Amino acid sequence: MDFPFLSVIAFTPAVAAILLLLLPKESKTEARVIAAASSFFALVLALWVYFTYDRSAAGFQFVEQVNWIPAIGSSYHVGVDGISLPLLLLNCVVAFTGVLISWGIDDRPNYFFAFLFLVVTGVNLVFVALDLFLLFFAYELAVFPMYLLISIWGWKQTRAYAAMKLTLYLLVGSIIALVGILALYFQAGLGTFDLLALREAGVSAAFQKTWFLPVFLGFGVLAGIWPFHSWSPDGHVAAPSAGSMVHAGVLMKVGAYSALRFGIELFPQGAQFWLPYIILLTLVNVVYGSMIAMVQDDFKYVIGFSSVSHMGLVSMGFATMSQAGMNGAALQMFSHGVMTALFFAVVGMVYDRAHTRHIPDLGGFVKIMPVAAVAFIIGGLVSMGMPGLSGFIAEVQIFLGLWQARMVAWWYPVVAALASLGIIFTAAYVLRVVQRVFFGELKAEFATLPDITVLDKVALGILCAILIIVGAFPTVITNVIQTGVAPIVTLLGGG
Amino acid sequence: MRTSTFDLTQLLTILPQILLVVLALAVMVFDVATPKAKKRSVGIFTAVGLLIVLLFTLFWPISNQAAFGGMLRDDGVARAFQVIFMLSGFLVLLLSLDFRPLPHDGAYYAVLLFSILGMSLMAAAENVVLLYVGMEMTSISAYVLVGYLHDTVPSPEAGVKYFIFGAMTSAVMLYGMSLIYGLAGGVAYSQVAMVLRGTPLAVVAFLMVLVGFGFKVAMVPMHFWSPDVYQGAPTPITAFISVASKAAGFAVLVRALEGLFPGLINQWIPLIMAISMVTMTLGNMLAIPQRNIKRMLAYSSIAQAGYVLIGVTAGGERGITAVIFYLLVYVVTNVSAFAVVNIVSNHVGGEDIEEYAALSRRSPFLGLALMVALLSLAGVPPAGGFVGKLFLFSAGIGEGLIGLVVIAVLNVIVGLYYYLNIVKQAYMVRSEREDEVIPVPAASRIALGLSIAAILLLGIFAAPCYNLLSSLVATWF
Repeated sequence: MDFPFLSVIAFTPAVAAILLLLLPKESKTEARVIAAASSFFALVLALWVYFTYDRSAAGFQFVEQVNWIPAIGSSYHVGVDGISLPLLLLNCVVAFTGVLISWGIDDRPNYFFAFLFLVVTGVNLVFVALDLFLLFFAYELAVFPMYLLISIWGWKQTRAYAAMKLTLYLLVGSIIALVGILALYFQAGLGTFDLLALREAGVSAAFQKTWFLPVFLGFGVLAGIWPFHSWSPDGHVAAPSAGSMVHAGVLMKVGAYSALRFGIELFPQGAQFWLPYIILLTLVNVVYGSMIAMVQDDFKYVIGFSSVSHMGLVSMGFATMSQAGMNGAALQMFSHGVMTALFFAVVGMVYDRAHTRHIPDLGGFVKIMPVAAVAFIIGGLVSMGMPGLSGFIAEVQIFLGLWQARMVAWWYPVVAALASLGIIFTAAYVLRVVQRVFFGELKAEFATLPDITVLDKVALGILCAILIIVGAFPTVITNVIQTGVAPIVTLLGGG
Repeated sequence: MRTSTFDLTQLLTILPQILLVVLALAVMVFDVATPKAKKRSVGIFTAVGLLIVLLFTLFWPISNQAAFGGMLRDDGVARAFQVIFMLSGFLVLLLSLDFRPLPHDGAYYAVLLFSILGMSLMAAAENVVLLYVGMEMTSISAYVLVGYLHDTVPSPEAGVKYFIFGAMTSAVMLYGMSLIYGLAGGVAYSQVAMVLRGTPLAVVAFLMVLVGFGFKVAMVPMHFWSPDVYQGAPTPITAFISVASKAAGFAVLVRALEGLFPGLINQWIPLIMAISMVTMTLGNMLAIPQRNIKRMLAYSSIAQAGYVLIGVTAGGERGITAVIFYLLVYVVTNVSAFAVVNIVSNHVGGEDIEEYAALSRRSPFLGLALMVALLSLAGVPPAGGFVGKLFLFSAGIGEGLIGLVVIAVLNVIVGLYYYLNIVKQAYMVRSEREDEVIPVPAASRIALGLSIAAILLLGIFAAPCYNLLSSLVATWF
């Protein structure tokens, strides 16, 4: 029995959360140290797993399996492949940097970190779960504490509304998907919730066509697929910075990942039937999200809608059903996760100091927080798809995939052409924000604001470094992703 | 199937019940011997005694035999329910110790024990007459307990309401039972089951009996009593009625549907299914506007009964196991919620949901306990309510009840909304009194600690319990 890396990574935050809940509320520094230490520990382990993953063998590795509820055929079965591994790493990165930038939270930090870590635990488990029951358990676990994070530490004006809206939206989605998965469980008649077994179950094409849609769209709600995205900007804006980082950075990937793994992989024939239509929804995401982002006056809403737009690219990549498109989508999940975490971190830093996010009121912040400004600009370049950064590698492949898949339906090239409009709008809103917030005149009332803390700089540095490394040496990640995507493409009958 | 000879060994099959009687009598004697100033020790005595009986019941071998000429059967299902009743009783006793308005006298505790005895008989009965006796024993004890705070207004009022409604439904049920006797020429389950078929008169008899069961379960349309009674009754008794009494209702429902009315299966399946839908929907919808937390929990309990009815409709080994598992989770969950209500209303003197503002700041322990309980009711992991609901839903889908499960799933979302509103009060809303600490008395601390641990354990490690229940249920089929 090897060292159970994945379980240790997954449950480190849970153990930390329990410790934090037991701390008396006066021990704020202790709470922060526990949070930072445990998330750092998980990050180191995740890096270890990432670099020791055998790229030539591919498939699911670091597998652990223990009976859980044998009566219904559910086991604690975890493992990572080329798609989930980068996401697991992403989650650990975002959790650690999220803790660093939340150092200043003063209202019951032990609870804050505990609830944050419950989300992180749930997300970790979703990414490693190879059992549908475990997946559901983890999925709900990841969604719910977000309610508390937003409603207790969120932005006072909208938090009650946004927290409830987000929770109900995501719950409706997940529960619809749950019914679909239960239906599959009984249809397959294997008496098991095991992903690998169910993938081989060979349920009929008609069944797949009926149930693909609820499962895919049910999870798609969390991925922000239009028209089920409206919880997302509200939720992101109302959440505290670390909450937004985890939420937009990782939790939306949970939706996309689950839609891929449990929608597309388990219902491949359903996917082949429906995805050509779903791609039209994702097109709306890309174009509409970026257009709305362009006209926002609230700094944080710009980023919120940019997530809607970028997550549209992820789903679009899946919908191409081609090797290049799926590679791009999987990389985009990672790249967008890091980038948007960076964005929300910087937005939080600006807001915490200026106490406003109204873009026309801001300006010249490069003079106060040069490091944050540089980090934001790097993130912005990634967002625009600047060559040499991670976003470019991802987006190019998605568009390539669209062309590769032009035989699927006549509208694929049209989609590609229209989606490239989204890239232009993205450039417009990023440049607009950079110019209005960081450059221009610094108002007198902001002149005395302090720079960001050292911990903030460390967090931003880590996130920027990842974006640059992936851009400069894409094979660090693409050769992992490829091993995960290839079997799915085969499953979909493409090449 | 009549055995005319009386065999003393038959007493062994009802030893847990005999011990309950002995304990109740001992409590009364102990009460007389205790000076007025030390009456609280009667409660402690009862709680410890019941815990011992509970452990005994858990480990006493199941004979799986009919006793007393087929009056009752000591089987796995009966035993599982009996343990659930005793567990509820034990937790409620702990809550009662901390309920200030309660005059601590032996009668209260003895009546509580008799109520549990009645439920134990209900769960084991395989004879219509014994079933009726058990139900009346339970109900009459419960009327007394609900109205126990004689010097306040709401409690006796609730007691009278409960009594009137209960007596009425009981009369209807008794009439139904007499019809069954007329149709089948006997009162033993096995005898009735062989004869009773879906004739109009049999259906009428079935519906009348169902009225009596429905009262106990608080399913629509026999639910009207529950909000008023829940609100007026002493809080520990509200907890008791909401868990033990409901579980007893389900015990007889499960046993009677499968054991007494198998001939009417084509009639009762669609009927119970419809009742399930209406019960969960109405309960959830009416819970939303409630301002009083006990009334809210009353409607929530109605909705919870609706979920359990899915398992009843599905039936079979999987369905019944899911029902019992869910009831077990529900017992510890609802008791936790009422334990928090008990402490908070003792302290602040009100039961409005607004009083729960900033609860997590006033007592982090209570805040957390309330949150876990509400999340379990809502069905959020890692609480037991999640796994429990999943078992119920998958039993439903396994029997092809997809429409029913879809409605249940929609209801879960509605439920989440109002449960979260209370979590919001406790965690988000600030209050002027938030620096005032709410102390948690020792007995409630034990009850809450045990229940919360049980909720989480059942949620995370469901398998041992589920397997045990499944094997118990299997002996019944």
